[in-house]
Amino acid sequence: MEHAVAATPAWAVLAYLVSGVLFILSLRGLSSPETSQRGNRNGMIGMAIAVGTTLLLHPTGLPLIVAAIAIGGSIGWFIAQRIQMTAMPELVAGFHSLVGMAAVLVGCSAYLNPAAFGIVDAAGNMLMVSRIELGLGIAIGAITFSGSIIAFLKLSGRMSGSPILLPGRHLLNLGVLGGIVVLTGVFAMSPDAALSQGPLIWIILGLSFVIGVTLIIPIGGADMPVVISMLNSYSGWAAAAMGFTLQNTAMIITGALVGSSGAILSYIMCKAMNRSFISVIAGGFGADSGGPAAAGSAVQKPFKAGSADDAAFIMKNAETVIIVPGYGMAVSQAQHALREMGDLLRKEGVSVKYAIHPVAGRMPGHMNVLLAEANVPYDDVFELEDINSEFAQADVAFVIGANDVTNPLAKTDKTSPIYGMPVLDVEKAKTVLFIKRSMGGVGYAGVDNPVFYMDNTMMLLADAKKMVENIVKALGH
Amino acid sequence: MDFLSILSIFVLAVFVGYYVVWSVTPALHTPLMAVTNAISSVIIVGALIAAAAGASVSTAAGEGSKWLGLLGVVLASVNIFGGFAVTRRMLAMYKKKEKKPAASK
Repeated sequence: MEHAVAATPAWAVLAYLVSGVLFILSLRGLSSPETSQRGNRNGMIGMAIAVGTTLLLHPTGLPLIVAAIAIGGSIGWFIAQRIQMTAMPELVAGFHSLVGMAAVLVGCSAYLNPAAFGIVDAAGNMLMVSRIELGLGIAIGAITFSGSIIAFLKLSGRMSGSPILLPGRHLLNLGVLGGIVVLTGVFAMSPDAALSQGPLIWIILGLSFVIGVTLIIPIGGADMPVVISMLNSYSGWAAAAMGFTLQNTAMIITGALVGSSGAILSYIMCKAMNRSFISVIAGGFGADSGGPAAAGSAVQKPFKAGSADDAAFIMKNAETVIIVPGYGMAVSQAQHALREMGDLLRKEGVSVKYAIHPVAGRMPGHMNVLLAEANVPYDDVFELEDINSEFAQADVAFVIGANDVTNPLAKTDKTSPIYGMPVLDVEKAKTVLFIKRSMGGVGYAGVDNPVFYMDNTMMLLADAKKMVENIVKALGH
Repeated sequence: MDFLSILSIFVLAVFVGYYVVWSVTPALHTPLMAVTNAISSVIIVGALIAAAAGASVSTAAGEGSKWLGLLGVVLASVNIFGGFAVTRRMLAMYKKKEKKPAASK
């Protein structure tokens, strides 16, 4: 049993364990904003230990390796400094694709040079268990890569967010998936080097790239928070599979952490939209056709429109204002003006709070980051379940760039595509101020929102940023 | 280490991850994704081994393995530095309410 990796010296095994524990602590730190920065530092230390240990164990070819780290590191550092907070979803999707590709590359090099990874038996054949791990790792890595590329293209607007529905896509996907599983099985079961050196692994790789694309293209823009969380999870499982191949505890612990983290986030996002994971994956939601209900009620209904001055007057005389931001706020970059408005209102003695729906942004927690960027203190920002009961006592609900997440039809209309989705009860506030670009557009789900036509609703029809700036001006005098 | 001990570590780590992630406050879910992204790049360990091992072998496969490994190191480094840096940038923005003479509340 020539098992080079198993012969890892004890100190190195312990070092990898320490870095695994530091990674756990880095996530633990995120339980509150106060401890989060320390958590992030733990993560960095853990990574430094893992890299340092590996370099000490394998000191050959160091100059090239250091150069590779320097190149990648400076690119990453540069991107991280320059990226806009509104672009965070596509950045994360892009980063996921890199993890996926790295897993594929590691898998391929282990396949080409198994002896170096200590995964061969005495006769020089790759161990069966390693072949399973390798096949899985390469497949998951490739799916993560191509899926994340599509998610990146959709999120950054380089590709339309509306679903692309191939004919017979379910059958196609199941077929390809079945193919990958069967071929991985064949790959694992063929013990002789001659066969396992064949094109099998490359076919598995190619099929996995294909299914990554065909899985993500039918999924619409509204479901992106689920997709991005799911790919997060996949990147973790890919790392874990490689950790099995290398028998490395740091990789296995991390892979498991990231895998379950992404899975939990997908679950939270699905629940926030009252959608099952399967229906998200099946795709097609948010197609341009719109629901039959929306088409039927396209007749113009009466609504009240107001101006910035009206809005300023109403809010100035209110006691409590709850601001409900949505993705539209991010698109028009209104968060800074919004914070200014909140500050002015507070000076007038108005209590101002922010209410955030879990899927308000394009990824979990996106809206919180945008508000934090605009210097909104995090203890003024509340999650759906913490603030929903307060709308009934609030004088004003100020909705900016959100629509579906405030739609009361989700509570009453069983035929509505968003029925059952938890929503913010803005309609219970004494007055609803609703900023919207125009009356024409409907939300991502393609459903009309009855809040628009209520007696106590005033529609503020304008670009979100301009409207808020005008309100700020009106509050000024 | 045999397969079963590794599997045990893996299964326990999944449970640790489950409980740790549920305790993350929803306000920090975006930084959570960024940091998990950074730490999943610990896959760089595999890329480093490939790059280093390839450097000591002179076969064609060894050579190919080396360059694949090096490319893996570049990609994972983008992610490590980018992921931790962007997380740091985000976390620095989360501020508590200043203790200014609280307006009538």
